[in-house]
Amino acid sequence: MSKVASKQILLQGNEACVKGAMLAGCRFYAGYPITPATEIMEVMARDLPKAGGVFIQMEDEISSLGAVIGASLTGAKSMTATSGPGFSLMQEHIGFACMAEVPCVIVNVMRGGPSTGLPTQPSQGDVMQSRWGTHGDHPIIVLAPSSVYEFFELTVEAFNLSERYRTPVIILVDEIVAHMREGVVLPVEGDIEIEERPRPSVPPEWYIPYGDPGTGVPPMSAFGDGYRHHVTGLYHDVRGYPTTRGDEVEPLIQRFFSKISRDFDRLQWFDSFHTKNALITVIAYGCVARAAHQAVKEARGKGLEVGLIKLKVLWPFMRRTITKVLDNSRKVLVPEMNIGQISREVKRVNQGRCEVVTLNKVDGTPINPPEILKVLEEMYP
Amino acid sequence: MKKTGHLIHEYLRSSKRFPHIWCAGCGIGIFMNALIRVIDRLGYRKDDVVLISGIGCAGRLPVYVDFNTLHTTHGRALTFATGIKLAKPRLKVITVMGDGDAIAIGGNHLIHAARRNVEMATFVINNQVYGMTGGQCSPTTPYGVITTSSPYGNPEPDFDICRLIEAAGAVFVGRSTVYHIHLLDRLIGKALERKGFAMVEVVSQCVTYSGRWLGLDSAVEMMKWQRDRSIVVEKAKRLSEAELKGKIVIGVLVDKERPTYHEECNKLL
Repeated sequence: MSKVASKQILLQGNEACVKGAMLAGCRFYAGYPITPATEIMEVMARDLPKAGGVFIQMEDEISSLGAVIGASLTGAKSMTATSGPGFSLMQEHIGFACMAEVPCVIVNVMRGGPSTGLPTQPSQGDVMQSRWGTHGDHPIIVLAPSSVYEFFELTVEAFNLSERYRTPVIILVDEIVAHMREGVVLPVEGDIEIEERPRPSVPPEWYIPYGDPGTGVPPMSAFGDGYRHHVTGLYHDVRGYPTTRGDEVEPLIQRFFSKISRDFDRLQWFDSFHTKNALITVIAYGCVARAAHQAVKEARGKGLEVGLIKLKVLWPFMRRTITKVLDNSRKVLVPEMNIGQISREVKRVNQGRCEVVTLNKVDGTPINPPEILKVLEEMYP
Repeated sequence: MKKTGHLIHEYLRSSKRFPHIWCAGCGIGIFMNALIRVIDRLGYRKDDVVLISGIGCAGRLPVYVDFNTLHTTHGRALTFATGIKLAKPRLKVITVMGDGDAIAIGGNHLIHAARRNVEMATFVINNQVYGMTGGQCSPTTPYGVITTSSPYGNPEPDFDICRLIEAAGAVFVGRSTVYHIHLLDRLIGKALERKGFAMVEVVSQCVTYSGRWLGLDSAVEMMKWQRDRSIVVEKAKRLSEAELKGKIVIGVLVDKERPTYHEECNKLL
C-alpha cells in the first residue's frame, strides 16, 4: 500500500478505522453502543448511508454480528465494532462465521476486564479471547494496529483477508490507539488494493458451495443471485447439508485450517527497529509498541544494543518471524498490558532458544517508555 | 390447488438426503407443506426467497426446501434476517422458529424486530416444549405441566406470544393451529404479503414429548385437542377473560398500517 501526496488530516483512531472500512468497500454496519468503541458506530451512522451503505443500531452485540453475517451472505462487505463485554457476547456468532465461512470484520477496542472492568481505560487483555473465544477448534485472523494510520491500513487489510479467506477477521486495538488523534495522509481510492471474495464461475446447477477448488476457499455466491444453497452452523458436506459423517466432518475442519495455514508466509506482518545484532529484542504490539520504540531509541542512545519487533498480526501467531528473533537475540522482552498472553506464545515457540522476560501491567494505565527502558537496563547481558 | 407431486418436485431438495428428522405425527411438516403451498400460489421466484431458522426441531425446516436457506444460531434467526433484508431489500425474507427459540433465548430479538418493522414474515411454531433436547418445559408450556425439567410441575405461567408481539408493534399478528389448515394457509399468505413485520403463531403438536406430558397419546388426539380448544377471534371478543382461560384464540389478531423501517429511513435521507 503506497501513500500518495494528498493532504494531511487530523484523525482519531476510531475515525481512521471507518475511513479504512469505507475505502475497503464496507457497505453494512450493525452495532451497539459501547465505550471505547462507540465513535466507530457514530461515524458509520453519519457516513455510511451517504455512501449508499446501510447502518443499523441493533438491540445488542449478539444481534449486531448476526445482522452483519446476514448482510455478508447477500454479498455486502460488513463489519461491527465493540469492546470487551460486547466481544464476549459475539463469540457464538464468530464461530458461526468461521463454520459457514462468512467474511466479516469485527473490531474489538480493548478495555480492562474481566466483566465490565475498566470501560474507559486501555488494556490488551483480549488476545487469547480473540483466538479461542468461540467454542471448538477454528483458525482465526487477528490484526493489531499501533497507530492511527495503522488502524486505517489494517482495517482495509482486515476486509481484504476476510474476503480472500472467507473468514471473520478481528482487529484488536487498545483504547489508546482508538482514541488517539494523529496527523495522517491517507491513500486515495485506486491507490490501494481491494480484494473481493471468490465468486462462482459455473452455472448454478454445477455450484458446490463448500467444495475445495484447490485454494481451500470455496467460491461464495450471494443470496438472491440464483445459486440457491444451504448455510448452516452444523458440520456440513460440500453441498452445505448437515452431516455427522466422520469422512465429511474432518476434511471440513482441516480445510478451515489449511486455507489459512497454507498462506502463513503471507501473514508475517511486522515492523522491526534496530533488530540487526540486537542482544535484546523487544516484542510488542499496539500502543505498547509505541512506548517500546521510544525506549529502544533511548537505550540505543545509551549504547545498549537492543531492538524492537512490532507485531501487526497476532493470530495466526507469526512463528516464523518470532523464531528468527529468538535465534538472533540473547534475550527477548515482551511488554504487555495484560498478565502475559502473547508472551505465552513467545515462550511456546522459544523452546529454550533464549531467555524470555515479561513486563506486565494491568492497572489500567499504559506501559510507558521509562518502564521498558528500566527493564532493558536491568536485563541487559 | 396444485398437486402434491408438483410441490414436492418443485420445492423439496432432491439432493438432500431424506428422510427428514421429524418424528411421525409432528406438526412441523404440516406447516412446511402449507408454507410451500402458499409460496407456490403467490408465485414467488425461488431465487428471491430466503428462508431462515434458528435451532431446534423447527430450525431444521429450511434445509429441505429449495430456496436460499440459512440455519442460524439458537434464538438469533431474526438478527440474520434483519441483515439480509436491509442489505438486499428485494429478497423475500421468511423466518421460522420454535417457541423456545423465538420466545426464550430469542425473545429480545423478536420484540425488537416487531418494533423496528423491517419487512419480513416470521412464523413461530409453538409446540409448548423443547423437543430436540428431550422434552423440557418452554415459556409456552402450560402452568403445572410435568416435563423432564419440571418433574414436580411447571411453576411458571405460559407466554401469550401474540399479545407480546402486538404490544411490541407488529403490523400483522395471527394465530392458527396446524389442525385449522385452511386458516393457516390464509394467515401465511397474509403474513408473506404484508409490508412490515408480520408474525403468525402456529400452534403445533409434539407427539413425542408434549403429547405425553398432556396425556395425549397420538397426533390425532393432539389435533383434536387443538380443534376443541380453539376459538375464532370474532367469537372470542364476546367472551370474558375467565371464559377464555385455556382457549386458543385463532384468526387475524392484529392488522394495521405503519411505515416500515425502510420507509422511515428513506424519509430521513
